[in-house]
Amino acid sequence: MKTIFKFLTVILATVSIISCGNNGDSKKQGALTGNAAEKVYVAPGEHDEFYAFVSGGFSGQLAVYGLPSGRLFKVIPVFSVDAEKAWGFNEETKPMLNTSHGFIPWDDSHHPDISQTNGELNGRWVFINGNNTPRIAKIDLTTFETTEIIEIPNSAGNHSSSFVTENTEYVVAGTRFSVPVPQRDMPIKEYKGNFKGALSFISVSPEGAMDLKFQVLMPGFNYDLSHPGRGKSHGWFFFTTYNTEEANSLLEVNASQNDKDFIAAINWKKIEEYVNGGGGKKMPANYAHNVYNDETHSATSTMKKEVLVVDPTEVPGAVYLLPTPKSPHGCDVDPSGEYIIGSGKLAAELTAHSFTKMLDAIENKKFDGEAYGIPILNYEDVLAGAVKQPGLGPLHTEFDGQGNAYTTFFISSEVVKWKLGTWEVIDRKPTYYSVGHLMIPGGNSRKPFGKYVVAMNKITKDRYLPTGPEVTQSAQLYDITGEKMELLLDFPTVGEPHYAAGCPADLIKENSKKFFKLEENKHPYAIQTPEEAKVVRNGNEVHIYMGMIRSHFTPDNIEGIKVGDKVYFHVTNHEQDYDVPHGISMIGANTSELLIMPGQTETFVWEPKEVGVWPFYCTDFCSALHQEMQGYVRVSPRDSSIELSWSLDGE
Amino acid sequence: MKNKLLVFLLFSFVLFSCKNEKQANDDNTSQGNTAVVEHKGQAAVEDSESDANALQVAKSLDDFKTLVAAIEAAGVQDAVVNTGPLTVFAPVNVAFDKLPEGTVENLLKPENKEQLAFVLKNHVAPANFPDTQLKKEAEKGRKLYMASGKYLDVTEKEDGLYVAGTKILKTVKVSNGWIHVIDNVLVPAE
Repeated sequence: MKTIFKFLTVILATVSIISCGNNGDSKKQGALTGNAAEKVYVAPGEHDEFYAFVSGGFSGQLAVYGLPSGRLFKVIPVFSVDAEKAWGFNEETKPMLNTSHGFIPWDDSHHPDISQTNGELNGRWVFINGNNTPRIAKIDLTTFETTEIIEIPNSAGNHSSSFVTENTEYVVAGTRFSVPVPQRDMPIKEYKGNFKGALSFISVSPEGAMDLKFQVLMPGFNYDLSHPGRGKSHGWFFFTTYNTEEANSLLEVNASQNDKDFIAAINWKKIEEYVNGGGGKKMPANYAHNVYNDETHSATSTMKKEVLVVDPTEVPGAVYLLPTPKSPHGCDVDPSGEYIIGSGKLAAELTAHSFTKMLDAIENKKFDGEAYGIPILNYEDVLAGAVKQPGLGPLHTEFDGQGNAYTTFFISSEVVKWKLGTWEVIDRKPTYYSVGHLMIPGGNSRKPFGKYVVAMNKITKDRYLPTGPEVTQSAQLYDITGEKMELLLDFPTVGEPHYAAGCPADLIKENSKKFFKLEENKHPYAIQTPEEAKVVRNGNEVHIYMGMIRSHFTPDNIEGIKVGDKVYFHVTNHEQDYDVPHGISMIGANTSELLIMPGQTETFVWEPKEVGVWPFYCTDFCSALHQEMQGYVRVSPRDSSIELSWSLDGE
Repeated sequence: MKNKLLVFLLFSFVLFSCKNEKQANDDNTSQGNTAVVEHKGQAAVEDSESDANALQVAKSLDDFKTLVAAIEAAGVQDAVVNTGPLTVFAPVNVAFDKLPEGTVENLLKPENKEQLAFVLKNHVAPANFPDTQLKKEAEKGRKLYMASGKYLDVTEKEDGLYVAGTKILKTVKVSNGWIHVIDNVLVPAE
């Protein structure tokens, strides 16, 4: 017992020294940077300078924050149902979550990326990948709503996604797991040489429509992250690989055997030419393509039955492997397009490949063997340099456009600033704790806005008021305008802040839609005015065409509904005024509320099980008479002869 | 026991010393936070896309110059753009001319701001009353409860609807309710 106390004392004393050491450090930092609070203070009514789109990881959603304040504006539902916004609950959005496996209420959202023109952010869309049931979603930055989701066949653990090319020609989705292609019943231990890794190229039309154009069927490695070439390397895409050992069990050991894995360099322009010329093979597939229409305010889901696959060995000069130490995670291309940075998770150094040297090595056939017919380039001949002993567990690098790179280190919990070309470390700052990805607005483009870096932490332990075993994850904001980084702010996030994309607010905010125009509403059950409200019976299906405007529903008294009916409430918000949504919910309805924007129509289904007079009401505090905004439905027995009738104020 | 005490003491010391530093930090940072925030109410929201609200409609018409001036002098412009719903009985310029001489000038004086606001509130019902609804109110003999706290009569005559004895000349739908145009000021009974 005594020993335990001694031990405890020692630990406590150590902890106190360390923690006070930290405090002392931050005090010192405070002396240097006494204006940190001022730098993140955005006065009431003022706007932030940047939008930050932060994925929710296991929440499946995408959160919108302002920088530098760290204020949360919205959580955009993407892959997970959201009762607050009726996403996946109302009849209109259910098709958005349809897949070849049926309706799926959840996914793991990972890497948001903003659309680009000429290698610069254009602020039109954010793309984001669903990891678990492979999908790519597109969020429209005029409505801040998910408007398209495409499922990725032949893929599993859709991780090296959803990064866009320089003119948003493609959004790319690489598989994490290699799997049998096509899927079939076979022994797991026959993985090696038989499983394939599909890298998918989804074309994006000028209007934003996505289409799975082709898949490159690569060797059965794991594909981790990817980034496009830009500038001189535009036309190429780079993917990190791990498990080039092709292990199928205990990967933490068995996938860490090789001294080097690869960065796969894909010349997508060459493959595009090849498929445009009739190359590739169409194979049967089954995947969902879901599209939301802002005029019908409804989504459709179409099952696609075919996919074009490309064997990389049949397109000479299109695919090469760049040896990269120890299970690289991040695969990041600097703003000039010259350097491709591989973050070997287990490596003692950070690897920078040179695009120029890569082209030279290809031209002069400086090969170091091949893997399944794909040439492996000689490591020394593509290497530009390495950052030596930069930290432990490098993960992801972004750039400030001033010749500096910033890399996160998970194990040593820090962000390290280093210089491109000289590979020297300039500064390092701790994160609290175990940082994953980081983000500089425009950091994946030719033109980064190098004012802030946001580091996203997986673990926070004691950083906030405790909330039981599960505590918040966090983001940390650093000022990077000086030689040394300066920690400004630490804020909690929704879900896991897995990855983020940032954009100057000016590129987005002027285009933000205020409301939907009623005359453009093409929802089949919309009514243009409350006077058109009606209730229609079709067997045991009843359709209520309902209107809502401050501060009543039309109709608000409905009779003639019977037990066993399936009652559809099609509700149109007739406001044409910014920020006047209305909501509706019905007692006992086995679904969520509806939250309906001005000019929009949404539908929920209610199946009354009991006789009675049942109320509904407005769920969004819309107006001074919000609490008066309500109605009743009379439910009669199945065999009742009460006629269908409806009214508002007796008319 | 000794050990326990030692642990406790150490722990307290740690907490204490850290807390002091924390306070010092807070003091440092709070000095940088004194930004002056200008008051801008909802009436200042710029929005050219939404349907116009009661104040925007009134401002767009010359007939309501005096009314708009009064609204601004009384400082109630933010209430008139509120989500409402509001029903505004809006006197045209000549209505103010009918008041005893000097009344308007007097009400517009800063020291009479509250009295002016009270008069204006007597023209606004925090409710949704289109003309069709006013007819029903007249039929049912229901009075209108105004923001001033007073009740006004609605009656229907052969030539139209009347509020507090004044004829409604015209009705306009606005985004946050209704404007009924009248040509008398509805001076609240004291």
